[in-house]
Amino acid sequence: MIKLEKVSKKFGTGVFGLVDINISVDKKEFAFLAGPTGSGKTTIFKLLIREILPTEGTVVVNDWDLAKLPKYKIPHLRKKIGMVFQDLKLLFGKTVFENVAMPLEVAGVKAGEAKQRVDEVLTQVGILEHKDKFPIQLSGGELQRVAIARALVLSPEILLADEPTGNLDPATSWEIVKLLSDINEKGTTIIMATHNADILKNLSKRVIALEKGKIVRDDRPANEASKIKKEETKK
Amino acid sequence: MKFIKSSLRTIRRSPYQAFAAILIMMLTFLTISFFTFLLSGSARIINFFESKPQVTAFFRNETKQSEINALEAQVKNTGKVSSVKLVSKQEALKIYKEQNKDDPLLLDLVTADILPASLEISTFKISDLSVISEMLKKSPAVSEVIFQKDIVSTLVSWTAAVRSIGSGLIIVLSLVSTFIMITIIGIRISQRKEDIEIMRLIGASDWYIRLPFLFEGMFYAVLGAVIGWTIASLSLWYLAPFLSSFLKGIPIFPVSLIFLLGVLLAELVFAIILGFISSFLAVLRYLR
Repeated sequence: MIKLEKVSKKFGTGVFGLVDINISVDKKEFAFLAGPTGSGKTTIFKLLIREILPTEGTVVVNDWDLAKLPKYKIPHLRKKIGMVFQDLKLLFGKTVFENVAMPLEVAGVKAGEAKQRVDEVLTQVGILEHKDKFPIQLSGGELQRVAIARALVLSPEILLADEPTGNLDPATSWEIVKLLSDINEKGTTIIMATHNADILKNLSKRVIALEKGKIVRDDRPANEASKIKKEETKK
Repeated sequence: MKFIKSSLRTIRRSPYQAFAAILIMMLTFLTISFFTFLLSGSARIINFFESKPQVTAFFRNETKQSEINALEAQVKNTGKVSSVKLVSKQEALKIYKEQNKDDPLLLDLVTADILPASLEISTFKISDLSVISEMLKKSPAVSEVIFQKDIVSTLVSWTAAVRSIGSGLIIVLSLVSTFIMITIIGIRISQRKEDIEIMRLIGASDWYIRLPFLFEGMFYAVLGAVIGWTIASLSLWYLAPFLSSFLKGIPIFPVSLIFLLGVLLAELVFAIILGFISSFLAVLRYLR
């Protein structure tokens, strides 16, 4: 589903954001991207939504080689990938409902259908009662839920969450992680960037650890690792 | 049609910029309308004079009918004239009465005696006009010769000057409108930079982002054109009685509604093109 092969990214300043990394994420998988600030987590997300291109290597999402993807197809790619941005990127002049409905508007979904879908997804993330409020009236956890709802509203196959627990207290952080786990169980592939050690330690999921743009560790939980081994033996 | 809603919302939220854009467009189209009316009127005046006899000779009061007939025959014999029409004193009075039927005071004072008989002559070739004119001037029976070629050529040169000034002014105003529109749409794009960035990241296509701005540019231009045309047409309607009496005998008024609507239609097409080009240039410049 997602494959990064020998990917390096050199920025205009001459600094390398990523150095020769290989990552493969399967369908319906939940993977954490872990590492300190500046380790390259956000750069990977930017490559996956083709906000930037790799300096070397190939990035493949859903059989699309992103370096070869024509410009006019980028909107199609971005409709297939839901993204929760680190800075949320919510519009503060629009209500919760309007923010969440934006991807549907962009996709040309009819108003009645869009209203129904927004209500569904707001119910799923547990903030339906706040739908007519403006972002400024919500708490940090609620804002994260709005961002998750907007990322989910087009029922994407992949959800990328860039530090969604970054500014939250531990209890709210766990609520968000639980919400993302539930979404993953329903079949969405999730990659979540975090440097919250507590979450990484207590949740039995794959962890891809980055440091200075290089992968220093790629651990799968024991049960998943044995499942993959079995599948490989079958092949 | 969500882009229309989006554009109208932006216009409502920044009324001063919208007002500036509409005002400059209105000024451009007001000028276009005025010059169109002026040029169309001039063309009709020229046509009127061109269709009239090109040389008119007025006879002295004491001239006898036989002398007039002799001169008429002499002119005809040159073989250069296409038509010769004799207007008697009585006919001249009839024409005068028709032209001044609304002014009884002028009618009371004039009788057939004080109006001269005249000979209206058209030639096959314009170059022969001066030959005929000279021949008429030499006749002792003729008191005055009006050579309408001069009037037409003066009018033609005036119209050419008006056309040049009008075209220049319209080009300058169109350019000014374009630059002001580019600036205003550019400000709009800057104001919505964050929205645009987010829309792109969630999968909006380039055209989805561009459309509201293109519509906004065309909206300003079309509204400006409608207001400009309305002001010009109302002014024409208001000035019609005065112009009509000033241009007595020249059939310009009333101006037909079809002509006015034709001007509006042409201006709307030009407005859409102008609005589209200006906002498209702004979009290319500011939305990379």
